[in-house]
Amino acid sequence: MKVSIVDYGAGNLPSVERALALAGAETERVTTPEGVRGAQAIVLPGVGHFAAFVNGLRERNLTEALHDAVRANVPLLGICLGLQALYESSEEAPGERGLGLVAGAVRALPREVKSPHIGWNQVRRSRDSLLLRGLGNDAYFYFAHSYATPEANSATAAVCDHGFGFTAVMERERLMGVQFHPEKSGAAGARVIENFLETAR
Amino acid sequence: MTLARRIIPCLDVDAGRVVKGVEFQGLRDMGDPAELAARYNREGADELVMLDITATVERRCTFLETVRRVASELQIPLTAGGGIRKLEDGNAMLRAGADKVTVNTAAVARPELISELAAQFGSQAVVLSMDVKRAGYGWGVYVRGGRDATGIDAVAWAKEGVERGAGEIMLTSIDRDGTCSGFDCDATAAIAAAVTVPVIASGGAKTFEDFLSVFEGGAADAALAASIFHTEAQSIGELKRFLASRGVPVRVTA
Repeated sequence: MKVSIVDYGAGNLPSVERALALAGAETERVTTPEGVRGAQAIVLPGVGHFAAFVNGLRERNLTEALHDAVRANVPLLGICLGLQALYESSEEAPGERGLGLVAGAVRALPREVKSPHIGWNQVRRSRDSLLLRGLGNDAYFYFAHSYATPEANSATAAVCDHGFGFTAVMERERLMGVQFHPEKSGAAGARVIENFLETAR
Repeated sequence: MTLARRIIPCLDVDAGRVVKGVEFQGLRDMGDPAELAARYNREGADELVMLDITATVERRCTFLETVRRVASELQIPLTAGGGIRKLEDGNAMLRAGADKVTVNTAAVARPELISELAAQFGSQAVVLSMDVKRAGYGWGVYVRGGRDATGIDAVAWAKEGVERGAGEIMLTSIDRDGTCSGFDCDATAAIAAAVTVPVIASGGAKTFEDFLSVFEGGAADAALAASIFHTEAQSIGELKRFLASRGVPVRVTA
């Protein structure tokens, strides 16, 4: 299995590549629409600012290509900001449009709690989850974010809580995303990556 | 569902080796950074911090190479720092495989550095490291490895750092550092109450009870220590089981 990692010009790609390689996948970085459309499986990692991220995708003409890939049921895993970008909009960048592949808006974490939400937290399944297969409810994952999607919908597979409940795992057929960093989440994160590769096979 | 308190080992790196400063005797070699990193990754450390303690321009390449070697051993987050003066320095650390960078002296000299890094990489990637020493009823900020007083109030500086975009505060007590007399819980609690971001307590840890105190009385979100873990005087796994038994939420790995 070869996984195409979308390279939009920022972010710590080596750690994602290493995690995929440890799970037995080949990886390649893709920067072009052709690369995205030809992918067997796609990982969309993301750090930084929502506006820079979605603009980076647009400038490389990757937005439509990602839509095409999802329509063709190519497995896609969004990580952190890569998950947030799948939604319609974000409070981090009012007026910027997300990929709109999933309904909902990304919001700032409430002011009553520490933000960024940094550290290891647990998640609660809202239904059966492919990505969390084999993992207990006591598993911890590493989060590092100031924004999240508070309105759970049918695509939400698991939620976490920090000021408000938010989508921690999103799964809609082969379109998936996690708010935490599986590549930084020890053995539990490695299992999530393996599960993604399994569903992609 | 609880956000766990973090245990963070710290590697002080000089010329590609982990070292520990021993009073009046210079630096003592504590081992290979990648080997120690692999051990901490295995033992259940929640993150790793590595600092370039000499941070000279000539040695920058050596340190970046060490960051690459360490990062390739980890399935946990890595923070790197020491000598970051401008955006490109931070970028180089992140490209070498760090997830976050710490700034200290250069941020005091030019606070815009914090804003620049946060704008480029996000607040979650920027840790403001501050070395503080008791001064009257509060704490003063020191720079250049704790050698120079700035006259800046620690609480005011922490607040400014967060306003400028720091996503975490790493607070080292100079009074306690290397003394093994426990974390400075008062300083940690004062900073934690003043800012809206997580606070990492550092300096003075020796016993399991020291960690318990800084999480309870000190309100720390994370606790950092170096030599007590390197020498295997304290095991991270045992420390976490102790904390869990005392009701502190921690990530205990098998």
